[in-house]
Amino acid sequence: MESSTKCEMQLLVNGETKSVVARQGDTLLFVLRNELGLTGAKPGCLNGDCGACTALVDGTPIKSCMMLAIETVGKEITTIEGLHNTPIQRAFVEHFAFQCGYCTPGFIMNAYALTETKPDADDATIQEWLESNICRCTSYQEIEAAVKEVLRQKRKTE
Amino acid sequence: MAIGKSVIRKDAWDKVTGRAKYTNDFKEKGMLHAKLVTSPYAHARIRAIDIEKARSLPGVRAIITGEGLPLTGEDLRDRPPIAFDKVRYHGEVVALVVADTLVHAEKAANLVHVVYEPLPAVGKPSEALKEGAPLIHEQLGSYQKNEHTYPEPNTNIAHRTKIRKGNIEQGWAESDVVVETSVAFSPSDHVAIETRCATAEILPDGHIIISASSQSPFMIKRLISTYFGEDVGNIIVHTPLVGGAYGGKAPVQLELLAYLASKAVGGRKVSVWNAREEDMITSPVHIGLEATVKLGATKDGYIKAAEILFLFDGGAYSDKAIDVSRAAAVDCTGPYHIENVWCDSLCVYTNHPYATPFRGFGHSEQAFAIERAMDLLAEKLGMDKWELRRKNAIRPGHTTPTQVVLNRSNVGDLPACLDRLRELMEWDEWQRIEIDAYTVRAKGISCAWKTSTIDPDASSGVLLTFNPDGSVNVISGVVEIGTGTKTILAQIVAEKLKMDVNDVYVKMDIDTQTTPEHWKTVGSRGTFMAGRAALEAADDAIRQLKAIASCVLRASVEDLEVGYGKVFLRDDPSIYVPVKDIAYGYKYPNGNAIGGQIIGRGNYILRHLTPLNKETGAGKPGPEWTVGAEGVEIEFNRRDYTYKILKAFAVIDIGKVLNPKAALGQAMGAMSMGLSFASRETFLFDRYERVLNPQLRTYRPIRFGEHPEYIVEFIETPQIDAPYGARGAGEHGLIGMPAALANALSLAAEVPLNELPLIPELIWRKKKGDSHDSI
Repeated sequence: MESSTKCEMQLLVNGETKSVVARQGDTLLFVLRNELGLTGAKPGCLNGDCGACTALVDGTPIKSCMMLAIETVGKEITTIEGLHNTPIQRAFVEHFAFQCGYCTPGFIMNAYALTETKPDADDATIQEWLESNICRCTSYQEIEAAVKEVLRQKRKTE
Repeated sequence: MAIGKSVIRKDAWDKVTGRAKYTNDFKEKGMLHAKLVTSPYAHARIRAIDIEKARSLPGVRAIITGEGLPLTGEDLRDRPPIAFDKVRYHGEVVALVVADTLVHAEKAANLVHVVYEPLPAVGKPSEALKEGAPLIHEQLGSYQKNEHTYPEPNTNIAHRTKIRKGNIEQGWAESDVVVETSVAFSPSDHVAIETRCATAEILPDGHIIISASSQSPFMIKRLISTYFGEDVGNIIVHTPLVGGAYGGKAPVQLELLAYLASKAVGGRKVSVWNAREEDMITSPVHIGLEATVKLGATKDGYIKAAEILFLFDGGAYSDKAIDVSRAAAVDCTGPYHIENVWCDSLCVYTNHPYATPFRGFGHSEQAFAIERAMDLLAEKLGMDKWELRRKNAIRPGHTTPTQVVLNRSNVGDLPACLDRLRELMEWDEWQRIEIDAYTVRAKGISCAWKTSTIDPDASSGVLLTFNPDGSVNVISGVVEIGTGTKTILAQIVAEKLKMDVNDVYVKMDIDTQTTPEHWKTVGSRGTFMAGRAALEAADDAIRQLKAIASCVLRASVEDLEVGYGKVFLRDDPSIYVPVKDIAYGYKYPNGNAIGGQIIGRGNYILRHLTPLNKETGAGKPGPEWTVGAEGVEIEFNRRDYTYKILKAFAVIDIGKVLNPKAALGQAMGAMSMGLSFASRETFLFDRYERVLNPQLRTYRPIRFGEHPEYIVEFIETPQIDAPYGARGAGEHGLIGMPAALANALSLAAEVPLNELPLIPELIWRKKKGDSHDSI
């Protein structure tokens, strides 16, 4: 059935080139999880509403349930597995900015891109970015504290 | 040492690196996938199901329908795992398609053709109780039930709890002022970001291996055995980390479907995973309520009588809704001293998705009704709203609605919570203030209390195994659903064994074959019960360590102490043996050895609990009551009826705070969920009782930036039975939020707001005297 539409593609994920065979209709989320075993990106709604599947494509956070894998050929994909001991991860740990942890990879990817690209972000900008993810355990105040601490550090070092 | 510190959670680094795994993250080549076929009607007779076309698609391995399956339910067996003969709610499972991939299964599911004959549907509990209302369970009288469930055959009443305390007539006679008010809200959802998932595999030797995103792995094992006659020892349930639960993963549903699916394909492994839409309406939801509260008080504000009617919208099946309706009755008055109480709490069948526990277990619902009445009473008395609550606050020596006598240990200090809340909120400064022509700020408060109402014989076990370096593994049946309880257990063990918490490891996932049972991870009972078991296990380990050290050191066990990685002489710590040298037995220089691996065992069962008396409700349902005083400050726009929640306050007596940051997280997270429920969450039903918004785009929980500032403090009145005096803390922040928000908005808008969610349209309609229909 769908085998006729499968094709091989090279994806650049977390700095490594990966060869995968996927349907043209497969989302990036599906390929990351089922073909590459990168289960950090989570399915939450498959509708772009919750942000749990957020990954970076050329540095921009996208909802990987809303993008086809084939669209990312030639682009640089970063998933939560590609972040190692970054300030935002440390801040999430120290501020207890997670509980069940399911939305956490998506939130961190979004917050990481924000702190990397917009160190001067004001409250409105922070809200504009982070309101695309839903966290159901925390009050968001913990996440806000984590993000603002990283932004403060970034401004200090720049 | 470890207690009272904000120890970093043991699951922290796995969770911030994407390495933490949840049920649906475990994939296997060759695993089959199931897709649910669900009902588009809320109430309909199933005339025929045609599976021929679907069955003939490539990749389809089995299609299962509801014929011949046992009825299920923990208190009352009223629910077929797959609908048979008729469907009773929109989203109910009518067939299950098993195929090689999810894509194959979805395609086939779309081709299953079901012929329905729609029946009249009923939504509101009050409508379901009317004469001539559609009967949802014609066979209610013949269902199996437990001895404390009282369905009323030929009605839509699944269960009724009665509370009769004191003499209600005398209460009214002593009252100078009487108020009566009614509240209502529809069912809503938990919206855990991880949708529910279960896999099942049946091995040739009879083992049934289930993996489930669940708060109740041990209950899954018991229920599959009960329902399907399987040997309980053959059933093994795995639960890895769970991506949010809030009560919604306490019931057992998909696990039964996964088991049936695997059975239909010769035991092959099958995964059943909810899409968001199914997770919202096919799986159980947060309960709805219609309630009436009548309070009587003396003119100086002492409450003398409370008459309360709760009509809970249990939905199509009773599941745990019976328990929720009972729990609301148990604490029906809120944390107030009232000597004369009459309460009927009904779990009513409707054609809505069926209800199950939601964080707070009937208490935010109960509090919304009582606390709206409290504000009304204060207004009628001309008394300050805080003052009325302070005057009637429950204290040691008082009795609860089920006639439990409170003491200094089993209830927290509500007056202290109220006093601190008054200061934090600057209550006396102002309660309503007009900023400009359109902008009004207002404050609202609510009290909260809760005990657990879990099974009186629920138990919890902990195993401690030692590693060769003297470090310890904690193995407990508490599921890590996000609350951090397993980190707290590590702190408890470290404190008891006087060791570094970094040398205490926790096993995060559950395997019911090797993990001691913890009944269910519900009711804010994890720290108390598993904590007690952990302390007993640590004592057991200490006994064993001392016994070996006593031989090695040639000293009586009474003269020994354990701590700091050593067993040492109490009066001369310089004489010692390192724990690492005896954790796996001690080897003498000549090669002889004694002892063996130290394995500490502990368990705990709640003490002296009793079921409620059928006629009066008298009984002891839970061990202790956590109390709290909560409030919100809002800014309301009188022109367009929008509002912002500026601040949310809570002062909760959680006994000893074991991990401050974790405790704050529990309180604030619960408050956030309460405000989200109160301000914007509800299912919208059409006139056929179909859910119109089973998606996160149309059902919109609170998002980043919409959160208020949270101000939370704790009072620490110890519960002397609990580990280091800690009280339950997982739910209480939520309980007061809906009422506090409604009280603040009612004050701001100058109109009683007794429905949820409190969206601008509701406020506008109430201001216009309900002359506009909803849009």
